[in-house]
Amino acid sequence: MTAARLLWQLAALGVLLVAAPLILGIARKTRAILTGRRGPRVWQLYADLRKLSLKGAVYSITTTEVFRLTPLVVLATTLLASTLLPLNGQRALLSFAGDFAAFAGLLALGRFFMVLGALDTGSSFEGMGASRDVTFASLVEPGLFVTFVALSVAGGALSLSGMLGAELWLRWGAVAPTMVLLAGSIFVLMLAECARVPVDDPATHLELTMVHEVMLLDTSGPDLALVLYAHAVKLSLFAAIIVDILVPRSTLPPWSAIALLGAGIIGVGILVGVVESTMARLRLSKVPLFIASGSALGLFGLILLLR
Amino acid sequence: MTSLTELILFLVVLSDFAVLGTSRLSSCIRAVALQGLLLGLLPLVIDESLTRHAVGLALGTVAVKAIVLPAFLRWAIREAAVRREVEPLIGYTASIALGIAALAVAFAVANVLPMRGGEAELLIPTALVTVMIGLTVLITRAKALLQVVGYLMLENGIYLFGLTQARRVPFLVEAGVLLDVFVGVFIMGIVVFHINREFDSISAARLTELHE
Repeated sequence: MTAARLLWQLAALGVLLVAAPLILGIARKTRAILTGRRGPRVWQLYADLRKLSLKGAVYSITTTEVFRLTPLVVLATTLLASTLLPLNGQRALLSFAGDFAAFAGLLALGRFFMVLGALDTGSSFEGMGASRDVTFASLVEPGLFVTFVALSVAGGALSLSGMLGAELWLRWGAVAPTMVLLAGSIFVLMLAECARVPVDDPATHLELTMVHEVMLLDTSGPDLALVLYAHAVKLSLFAAIIVDILVPRSTLPPWSAIALLGAGIIGVGILVGVVESTMARLRLSKVPLFIASGSALGLFGLILLLR
Repeated sequence: MTSLTELILFLVVLSDFAVLGTSRLSSCIRAVALQGLLLGLLPLVIDESLTRHAVGLALGTVAVKAIVLPAFLRWAIREAAVRREVEPLIGYTASIALGIAALAVAFAVANVLPMRGGEAELLIPTALVTVMIGLTVLITRAKALLQVVGYLMLENGIYLFGLTQARRVPFLVEAGVLLDVFVGVFIMGIVVFHINREFDSISAARLTELHE
């Protein structure tokens, strides 16, 4: 029984890791279709990743070991974070009380190294991007914690597996509208955390206006592939949280739970594309209000659950 | 039906926050019109038997709060040629934070109140928070027009409170309240128009200056 369960958990994780670049492809394709273009194929990112990994890396002479370590740390923290989520709708590979703090902490560690790597190049553009990225992250994190606390109240557990997995199913009927609020909150925070429109425009070509992309200017070849892949995995992790909140699947057979996860991730990808094609990027000074509104949704949910 | 009521009340609270967080006057008016529409739907949803009282109340509310008053406010912003609230006394992010605090207080107070909303348990906290957020808008926005919007939200909150007693309150009283609000907003709109004519601005702060 436990061996079979472990196998299903690994299968869910495998689906997430393989499908991760697809979510970005779908978001791009949706945006292209809605804005009247044909756009790249949805699996373009796989081809890009392959091409990049076959290339050699070029390192600026001002960089040190930190810069070379960055892509590895970013990928490692993201992968480790993905083992904490109950992807098959029941339990995660790793689960302990308070692991939502570990989840947020791992993502923060990845970001910390990303920023260190950017600062290490000595480029003023990258420093500026790093400063903006950290500013947004400091606003996103409290919101993320509020939403996690609300989820833990709803699920009655302190671990991600408890709040998103099997226990949530039992109470979902009673708290469904609140769960929609929390999913909305996570969606807004995802747009900010994963540097999508309206917080950041991933398609911009001007260094001055970049936030996340500008930190990758000096990263090349396999290193760039690692960071891009980690970014895609991070986006699909947030998408998986949204799917877990909205579609509790602990009573379903494992294969259909995993299929629903895949469908849900594709759905979130389409939603991201719709947001990107209907909203303009916000002015920098408006971003805190946007993130605060997302956190307010989470707080609203928390208040409703505590009443 | 309870979950539908809950959903509508959620949307009412979210429209409160939409007014708190936007600077564009037309968006605020749209949010308050949506709120009026939701309030109009509520008596139909709460009172499962479609009595004449409930239907009349719903129709009157939608007509006044979702159609006539927003149209009038839109006319007023066109006449006064204002688009945005530029300098609120409290910033938008801080306003949202205040709104959340109001929400927490509303739920805490609603828990100790002796009266209950019956099936619609969320009704009283939603009413309280709408009143408080309406007051916040009324106090913190400099443009007279947004103050009217705040006043409308304040009244919407009182209306929500009244819905807990919907079956006992006679129709005439409701109609009277609606009429009062209508006249009040009408007068305010005309006053706003005249303030704009006299002062070339609808900032309420200018009203401290005396003009001949």
